[in-house]
Amino acid sequence: MSLWDYANPRKFLAVTTPLLPWLAAASALLVGSSLIWGFFFTPEAERFGSTVKIIYLHVPAALMAINAWLMMLVASLIWLVRRHHVSALAAKAAAPVGVTMTLIALATGAIWGQPTWGTWWVWDPRLTSFLILFLFYLGYIALWEAIEDPDTAADLTSVLCMVGSVFAILSRYAVRFWNQGLHQGTSVPVATGGRTVADVYFIPLAIGMVGFGVLFVWLVLLRTGSEIRARRTRALLARARRMPPVPLATEREA
Amino acid sequence: MLRVRDLTVARGGLAVLEGLTFAVAPGEALVLSGPNGVGKTTLLRTLAGLQPPLAGEIEATGQAAYASHADGVKGQLTVAENLRFWAGIYGTRLTDDVLAAFALADLADRPARTLSAGQLRRTGLARLALTGRPLWLLDEPTVSLDAESVALFAGQVRRHLATGGAAVIASHIDIGLDALRLDLRAYVATETATGRDEAFL
Amino acid sequence: MRALLLRDLRIATRAGGGFGLGLAFFLIVVVLVPFGVGAETATLRLIAPGILWVGALLAALLTLDRLFALDWEDGSLALIATSPAPLEGVALLKALAHWLTTGLPLTLAAPLLGVLLNLAPEAYPWLVASLLVGTPALSVIGTFGAALTVGLRRGGLLLSLLVLPLYVPTLIFGAEAVRRGADGGATALALMGGITLGALALLPFAAAAALRVNLR
Repeated sequence: MSLWDYANPRKFLAVTTPLLPWLAAASALLVGSSLIWGFFFTPEAERFGSTVKIIYLHVPAALMAINAWLMMLVASLIWLVRRHHVSALAAKAAAPVGVTMTLIALATGAIWGQPTWGTWWVWDPRLTSFLILFLFYLGYIALWEAIEDPDTAADLTSVLCMVGSVFAILSRYAVRFWNQGLHQGTSVPVATGGRTVADVYFIPLAIGMVGFGVLFVWLVLLRTGSEIRARRTRALLARARRMPPVPLATEREA
Repeated sequence: MLRVRDLTVARGGLAVLEGLTFAVAPGEALVLSGPNGVGKTTLLRTLAGLQPPLAGEIEATGQAAYASHADGVKGQLTVAENLRFWAGIYGTRLTDDVLAAFALADLADRPARTLSAGQLRRTGLARLALTGRPLWLLDEPTVSLDAESVALFAGQVRRHLATGGAAVIASHIDIGLDALRLDLRAYVATETATGRDEAFL
Repeated sequence: MRALLLRDLRIATRAGGGFGLGLAFFLIVVVLVPFGVGAETATLRLIAPGILWVGALLAALLTLDRLFALDWEDGSLALIATSPAPLEGVALLKALAHWLTTGLPLTLAAPLLGVLLNLAPEAYPWLVASLLVGTPALSVIGTFGAALTVGLRRGGLLLSLLVLPLYVPTLIFGAEAVRRGADGGATALALMGGITLGALALLPFAAAAALRVNLR
C-alpha cells in the first residue's frame, strides 16, 4: 500500500484517531518528566542560578516553532504538487500550534532575559528572528481565515508559505548583519540546542525536545482531524443546500 | 472551432452542469439559455480557461476572446484610449471602422466615466473586434443595450460569423441570430455528481 | 504589454489616480517624527536613515492595494488573463508601474526630506543609492502581496500584514547601508541588490500563480 493512501481523509481519520490517546499520554509523560527532572533534579548553574532551568521550556518550544514551519512548508508543497486535501489541512492545523510554540519561546526568552541581561527584551539576533517568525505565522493564519473557499485558501497560503520561507531565511541573515552593526562583539549566552551544555542538563533537555515533538504531532493530528470533519460538514451542508433539480424543458440535445 | 465532450463544470467546488457535449464549427453560433444561476457564466469561464473543468474535455482549435458581465472599461480613460489599450494587448490597431461599427465614433474622446450604461457596454463589446480572435465567448452581451444597439451588435456577430468566426453566447433574450440553441436546464448536475469535496463524503 | 504599462501610468497621473499620494504620505511621516521624538538635531541625525527608510516603505505600501483591485473590480483582470499577455509579465509590469509612480519619486524626494532630519552629509549618496536599489524590491514584493489578496473584500489590512514581514530584509539592508555609509555600506547595498534581483526574477511567477487562483 502506498503512503499516499493515507491522504484520503477517511483513511487518515481511521488510522490516526486510535493513535491520539497514546500520543497524548506519551507527550504528557515525556514533557512532564523532562520538566520535573529539569526543574528539581539538576544542579543550579554557576553563572545563572536557577533561572537557567527555563531552558527546559524555552529550547524545545523554539525547536518546535521552527519545525512546525518546516512541516507547513513540506505540507504546502505536497498540496501544490499532489493536491491531497489532507496535506493542506495539516498545514492549516499546524500553524496555530507553531505560533503558540513561537510565543512560548519568546515569552520564556523574555522571562529568562530579565534576570540575565537586566531587561525583558534585547534585539538579539536570535530573539529578533523569532519575532519575525511570529509575524510570518500571523500573516499565514490571517490569510487562511480571510479566504472563504477552502481550495483557494489552500493554494494561496501554500504560495505564501513558500515565499515566506525564503524571506524568513533572508531575514535571519539580515538580522545577524544588522545586529552586529549595532553591538559589535556582544554575544548572548544562549544554549545552542543542547550540545554546549553539560550532560546533567542535556538528558532532561533531550527528553523534553522529544516530548515537545510528540506533543506537536499529537496536536497536529488532532487538529487535522477537526479540520477534516469541518470540511466534511461543509461538504454535506453544501450538498443539502443545493437547488432542487430544474425540471427539464426540452430533451437533451447533443 | 470548439468541441466539448462530457464536460462537468463546478462553481465553489460543487458541480453545476454535467455531461455537456457540443461542438461549434466556424461560422456557427451557439446560444446558451437557462434560468439565472443555472451555470451559464460558469460554463463560459471554463471555456475561456479561467477555471478548470471538473471533468471532461475542451478542445479548441481557435483562440477565444471572452466578454464577461463586466466591461473592463476604465472610467478615467476615453473610449478611444480604452480600446487602444486592448488593441495593444492583442497586437492589433484601433481603426475608425471598429468605432463606427459599434456607433462609438462620436464618443471616442469622451472619458468613459461619462458614458451611459449602454454606451459602456458597446465600448466593452467593441473590444471583441480588436482581439482578432475567431471564437467569441459572450456572457449576456446585450445587458443594458437598447433595441437599436442590440440590432447593431447582432449585425457585428453576423459579420464575425460570416468571416469564419464562431461564438458561444449566454443570453436570455433572442438577439435574432440564426444560431444553435442549448438549454442548460437539461444538464443540471444531479445529486450524485461528484464535486471537489467528494473525498470528504 | 507596453500598452498595459502606458495605461497604468496614464490612469495614475489622471485625476483620482493617486499619483503623489505616496509622496505626500512620505512627507507627512517624516515631518511628524520630530514632533514625536523631539527636535534635538543629534537624535534626529542618528535616526534619520531608519525614519527615511520606514517612511518610504510605508508610502510604498499605501498604494499597493489598488494595484490589482481596480482591475479586479471592473473585470479587466479576468479579460487580461484571457488575453495573450502572460500574467507573469502583467505582474512584473504592474510592479514597474508601481515603482515608477511610487518608488522612483520617493527616491528623488528622500534627499530633501533628509535635510529636515539633519541627515549626515556623507550619507546622502548612500540614501539615494539604497532607495534606488531597494524600492524595486518593495514594489515587486508588494505586487505579490496584492496578487494574494486581490479577491478579498478587506484585502488592504491583510495585505499590510502579509507584506510587511517580507519587507524586513530589504529594510534592514537599506537602512544599514545609509547608516554605515562608506564603512560597510557597500556590503549592505550589494546584499540588498541580490534580494531585489531575486525578487524581480521569482516573485512575478508567484504573483501570477496567486492571480490565477484568485481568478478561478
